[in-house]
This record gives sequence, C-alpha cells and structure tokens, in this order.
Amino acid sequence: MSELARLLLPIADDELILGWRNSEWTGIAPFLEEDVAFSSIAQNEIGHARALYELAAQELGTTADELAFDRAPGEYRCAQLVELRLVSDWARTIARHWLYESADAVRLEELKADTDGRVAGLAAKIDREEVYHRLHADMWASRLRDEPRFASALEELWPYALGLLPEALRPRLAERVRLPTDVKAQGERGAHTDELEPLWEEMTMVRRSVPGASW
Amino acid sequence: MVYEVFRQERKGQSFQHAGAITAPDAVFAEAYAREQYGRRGESAALWVVPRKAVREIDEFVDELGRNYHRVDGYPLKAKLKEARERAGTADRETPKKGARGGNLVSPVLEGEAEGGA
Repeated sequence: MSELARLLLPIADDELILGWRNSEWTGIAPFLEEDVAFSSIAQNEIGHARALYELAAQELGTTADELAFDRAPGEYRCAQLVELRLVSDWARTIARHWLYESADAVRLEELKADTDGRVAGLAAKIDREEVYHRLHADMWASRLRDEPRFASALEELWPYALGLLPEALRPRLAERVRLPTDVKAQGERGAHTDELEPLWEEMTMVRRSVPGASW
Repeated sequence: MVYEVFRQERKGQSFQHAGAITAPDAVFAEAYAREQYGRRGESAALWVVPRKAVREIDEFVDELGRNYHRVDGYPLKAKLKEARERAGTADRETPKKGARGGNLVSPVLEGEAEGGA
C-alpha cells in the first residue's frame, strides 16, 4: 500500500464510522433544531470520508465505494472511539464529539502542512467545514461542563480519544482539551471493539445484497 | 427561546426574514442559524434576533380618516376619468409611451388638468 493511502485510510475510516454513528441520532436528538444540526454534521463527516477515500483510491487503483464498503470489518483502520454505539446517551455522545473534533483539529493542522499538495489542499477544504463542527462541539461542551454525567463521560472516553492520534501528536491534544497526559491510549489502530462488526453488517447490507451491482 | 433570523443574500442588499429557530441561548442560536441559513453559501450575512427584542406593531389607527396618506387613498384613475368627462375629452387618446414628450410631459393630461381643476 502506498504511503499516501496508509496516511489517508485511517482518517477516512474514522470519518465514515463516526459519521455513521452520529447519524444514528437523526430523528431522536433531544430537540429538533439539534437534530438538524447534528445530522448535518454526520453527513459532513461522511462527505469528508468520501473525499479522502477518493484520493486514496486513485493511488490504489480502486474506487471510494469499494474502500468504504467492500472491505472486511477487520481491514478498517478506524480508531475505537468512533466505533462505540452511544445512543441514547447524549452526554457521552457530546463528550465523544468534542474529543473527536479537538483531535481532528490537531490532525488537520498537520495535514494542511503536508508536502503533498493534494493532501494539504483537501485538508484545508475539510477544515473549512470543521470550523462549524468545532463551534458546535465547543458550545455543547461548555454547556455541559458542570454536568457530572458529562465529566464522567470525558473521563471514560479520554483514553479512546488518545487512540485517534499518533503518539507524537497526543500531547497537543491533551493541551488543547486540558486533560491529563499520563493516561494510556485505549485501543491502538487495527484493534477493534465488538461494536464495529454489527455496524459494518448494517452499513454494508444493501450493497452486499446485490454483489457487483452498479447502482 | 425563539430567535428570528434575517438573511442578506448578497452584500449591499436588504435583509429579508428567513425564518425562526429555537435555541437555549445566543451561542446555540448562532450555530443553528449558520446551520439552517448560512452554510451553503446562500447568505452573505445573517441577523439573529431574539423574538422578544422584536417590537411588533399590528394596529394602525386612522382616526382622522387621512386616507390621502395612503397610496390607495388617491384613486388617480377615477379622478382622471372624471376630469376627462368634465373637460369633454373622454375619447381623446392618451399619447403612447415613447411618443414625443410622452415620457415626460403629457400635453393631453396637462390640458385635462386645466379643464378639470
């Protein structure tokens, strides 16, 4: 696998799986306005995944759809944080959202400085939408900051959030979210929770129902 | 809280009412307003206003019957017709737009105004 694909696939998988998880809130968010906003964020993440897959697919001589849907669950490179099914727990959902967007900000900063112009350009484009996601995540985090359920969700998910980034970038995330640095990351990439497989079953069921079809 | 959102489609244009959103505070209102009315490049700017801050006036008393203040209070067409009849020029054709002087001064109307006053 090319170096570019190795760089992009984990990020694309994170965005796809998190977008999928967040879309589980469509129709059941705590109030309508939030339903619209959160669903839209979920859709953006899947859009980012598509763009990243497309760039990786050019390198690998395949298509974005094949990368997104035709791999076995074990081949996905997403971090464990995005796999967790968190409906109907809004506190944990917002904790993950805020941790993910914070980590994504650190990651995008790196990608925007990439020497490959295609990567840097795409990262800049994605980051323009992420500004809105961060605004949304930050406002929720500050609203829930004093809620004990939110605090314990952050504590629970923080080790998973560290697993989103390569070791070298983790201190920057810790500094950004002001959470302890002396915590071991939960689940390095490549190892999956039990929650990925049921998600994958559902995500790919229609595509697998008519293998090789052109939709 | 309900917030009213106004959007400006292009810089320099006037703001038009876009709709209302429900949000717990001004920060959320901004985020939701961006989401609903600003994120697809459809607006150059937004005004997000708490509905409570909007002063609605829906009674317009006209006690003195000063209907000449209203555009519909001065039925020019009817008055012109009356004036024409008084002047006995009811059949005369009004000069067409674009005819000499037609856009600026209408000799016919001037004549009628004299006759009718």
